[in-house]
Amino acid sequence: MELLTPGTGLLFWQAIIFFILFLVLSKYAWKPITESLREREKFIEDSLDSARKAEEELINIQKKNEDLLNEARKEREKILSEAKKLSNSMKDDAKSNAKDMADKIIEDAKKVIEAEKNKAMNDVKNNLAELSIDIAERIIKKDLSSDSSQKKYVEDLIKEINKTK
Amino acid sequence: MFSKRTFSLLILLLFTSINHDVFSAEKKGDDFNMGEMIMHHVLDDYRYEIMHGVSIPLPVIIYSDSGLEIFSSSKLFDEGHNALEEGYNGVKYYHGKLKPVDPEFAFIDLSITKNVAFLIMTSLIMILIFISVANGYSKKNTPPKGIQSVFEPIILFVRDDIVKPNIGPHYEKYLPYMLTLFFFIFFGNVLGLMPAAANLTGNIAVTMTLAIFTFLITNFSGNKHYWKHIFWTPGIPLIMRVIILPIELIGLFSKPISLMIRLFAAITAGHIVLLSFIGLIFIFQSFGVGIFSALFVVGLNLVELMVAGIQAYVFTMFSSVYIGLATEEEH
Repeated sequence: MELLTPGTGLLFWQAIIFFILFLVLSKYAWKPITESLREREKFIEDSLDSARKAEEELINIQKKNEDLLNEARKEREKILSEAKKLSNSMKDDAKSNAKDMADKIIEDAKKVIEAEKNKAMNDVKNNLAELSIDIAERIIKKDLSSDSSQKKYVEDLIKEINKTK
Repeated sequence: MFSKRTFSLLILLLFTSINHDVFSAEKKGDDFNMGEMIMHHVLDDYRYEIMHGVSIPLPVIIYSDSGLEIFSSSKLFDEGHNALEEGYNGVKYYHGKLKPVDPEFAFIDLSITKNVAFLIMTSLIMILIFISVANGYSKKNTPPKGIQSVFEPIILFVRDDIVKPNIGPHYEKYLPYMLTLFFFIFFGNVLGLMPAAANLTGNIAVTMTLAIFTFLITNFSGNKHYWKHIFWTPGIPLIMRVIILPIELIGLFSKPISLMIRLFAAITAGHIVLLSFIGLIFIFQSFGVGIFSALFVVGLNLVELMVAGIQAYVFTMFSSVYIGLATEEEH
């Protein structure tokens, strides 16, 4: 029965000493220990997180690089094709310009020729008129007796004119 | 690694049993009383007996109407370590307790007994160990080393496997108490197995105090929901509420009582069994029984080490469960 009766002294001291033990350990042991354990756990978690993030970022950067490269390739192709197009159009332009120019020159030449022709015609006409007047003068001057002599005369005149020409 | 550790453990435990042998060696013979020997070891005392005949007197503190009296317990005994019949300061030693010489004399016994001395030693050892463990954490975010790596897994075990799952989200408030409780019981149990140690955690006054602490914390942190469940259990007919009320009230007190009895019984029973096997040697006084008993005691000591851990775990776990139930939110 003695085993089951708690001693007053031990009850008293156990309560006091256990409470003091609790206070001392809480302040000087459990607090720093649990705090740094939590801190360390947080640190490890953060480190893992940042490692994961860094990996993701690396993948992102690689993807970006690839995209950039692809874009550059596309740009190059675009520039090349544009240059080709431009050169083609320039060629075409030059061709058509040349054609236009040639056409214009031909046209001008035609116009000049026409003008020259007209001028020549006018000259011919003028000459003809003068010739006619000349002929008429000479006919009037000579006595035209007969038809045959008239005819002969005209023929002679024409011969004469042709000779002078 | 394991075998080496087991080996050193065996050596240690062998010493434990040898010491017990030496302790009781003087008592062999016809006047050997096993029951008395066991009770002498299991119970508290006013002297710290290291070996038979080697004991340190401890201060006796008595509080009575005439005030506080402090004197050495050696004043209660004569040179042959027998209790003086006339006593000292109005008290005498009688069968392990202080009794008044004059039956009219009323006093409160606050003596530093063997268990109190052992309690102080255990507490000092704990403070030394855990402050040195805490010092290991002064450098931020470094892996544990030395004594720190011994206790860190246990602290994490208490936090993650005992306190956190049983108390729930508000566990941090109770963690210092639970850690102190766990390690106090664990150290008390393990150190109690050492030679010349006291049966601290196998003393009902100690387990009662611990149970009362848990009881107070549980009921002071109990929320409205918890008290409502005790006094006016919701969801059942009125008549059942009246029937359930006394059951709930019994439950309120049976929880700490079960904590108190479990630890006390487990540790005291272990000590009694160990001492019984050692006592057999002195009863039979034969080499065969001696060797057999010694081997058996070694095995039992290993079992006791396991019990030391298990009882610390169980006490802390049930304390957490009770607090968890008292702080649980309505579901």
